[in-house]
Amino acid sequence: MACAGSTEPAVTGPGASFDPDQPYELDPAVALRPEPFGALAYHYGNRRLSFVRSSELVELLGRLGAHRSATSAMEAGGIAAELRPRFARALAALHESQVIRAR
Amino acid sequence: MPAETGRLADELAAGLEAPICLTWELTYGCNLACIHCLSSSGRRDARELTTAEATGFLDELAAMRVFYVNLGGGEPTLRPDFTDLVEHAIGHGVGVKFSTNGTTLSPERARRYAAMDYLDIQISLDGARPESNDLVRGPGSYAAARRAMENLAGAGFSKFKVSVVVTRHNAGELDELLELAGRHGAELRLTRLRPSGRGARSWDELRPSPAQLAGVHRFLVEHPDVLTGDSFFHLAPLGDEPLPGLNLCGAGRVVCLVDPVGDVYACPFVMHPEFKAGSVRAPGGFAGVWRTSGLFGSLRQPQAAGACNACGAYAACHGGCMAAKFFTGLPLDGPDPECVLGHGEAALSAVPLGARPEVAAGHSKPAADGSPPVAVALGATRR
Repeated sequence: MACAGSTEPAVTGPGASFDPDQPYELDPAVALRPEPFGALAYHYGNRRLSFVRSSELVELLGRLGAHRSATSAMEAGGIAAELRPRFARALAALHESQVIRAR
Repeated sequence: MPAETGRLADELAAGLEAPICLTWELTYGCNLACIHCLSSSGRRDARELTTAEATGFLDELAAMRVFYVNLGGGEPTLRPDFTDLVEHAIGHGVGVKFSTNGTTLSPERARRYAAMDYLDIQISLDGARPESNDLVRGPGSYAAARRAMENLAGAGFSKFKVSVVVTRHNAGELDELLELAGRHGAELRLTRLRPSGRGARSWDELRPSPAQLAGVHRFLVEHPDVLTGDSFFHLAPLGDEPLPGLNLCGAGRVVCLVDPVGDVYACPFVMHPEFKAGSVRAPGGFAGVWRTSGLFGSLRQPQAAGACNACGAYAACHGGCMAAKFFTGLPLDGPDPECVLGHGEAALSAVPLGARPEVAAGHSKPAADGSPPVAVALGATRR
């Protein structure tokens, strides 16, 4: 991370792979902070910082836990079908870094 | 997702709503007198933030959603309200990492720390052996740090950090240090020696040689799990691949420093009036400083590469560390004094005698003869 005293990168272990047809939620150990580019996500457990790089993705994260699958959360948010694979890839990356988890 | 088109580092360099983390030196009081101390610590300052001011500041960090705070000093655990402040921060959602010389880290304290969530501890140790460490940190400091490590490991505190400032005297001990940390279930963290605070006087003597810095770079490439706080990005041109991290100077952009009396500086390595942005005691509080400081505003603008413009490596090293340049009398828009392509050495030799900025003795304890602490004389220099 950026120098000046101590932001650190962190490593995370491998998890089960992301499946957009399964239900997910924001990990309760994660704090989301809105920023001009989207949001910063900080995981208090593994101390990993992740970047959520669009406001649409931030909104999707907020809805995730209330829907029966990631795909249905995307549908509910009006994300066009042709854009969903890109959002699914972003969610897969956030799953990998433990920002979201299966429920 | 249009934001994918921008470079993340550029967006971060333009500043955030609040720092990702910040360093807060809790006290200038210290029971050691390390010759490279960034904050020239020793004596407590009568104007130190009171407990009420300190908890108010932590509440402000919580409201700004600063994810965690790095507590340092001086020796932060010497503040009588230290544990209360740690508990207050954690209780309000601000994670804590603190740096200690280990002298107060008894088995009882270790057990208490081990029971706390969102707490991380860094033990400062500047050598794998007493000779290399005590030369910098003072007699007995190696033994104290080792005892603290034993106590943390004994209390089951997992993954604490052993934090090492790389000097000429320990650059050959990195494998030993890694092994030592691992033996205690700890992680190794290496940071760069900077010519700040008392380090302004000891830097010439302590700084690693170019060959040693190349060795540090190789070590970091071979051990990506070693933490660095991204402090070695000036070495990036030594490899084809950048070191892990964003390779970005975070000063005033994603991090900053608050000193024991509440003054806010751009980063822990520039505690000098030139880089003071304001005070948390001002009416606007810390948020006011972070959001409206003219200094921070200028740091968030694109920076000029100056003399480094002509060099093909600028994209890798970004001209290195602002603090290292400032305290060695180099222009900020030019090479780092430790530029791996040698431009720093040339620039350093062109700095007129006496052109380095004045560095006050700060809170250093006077020696018996009244002079501030300096490096003890070395018989034979290792490596």
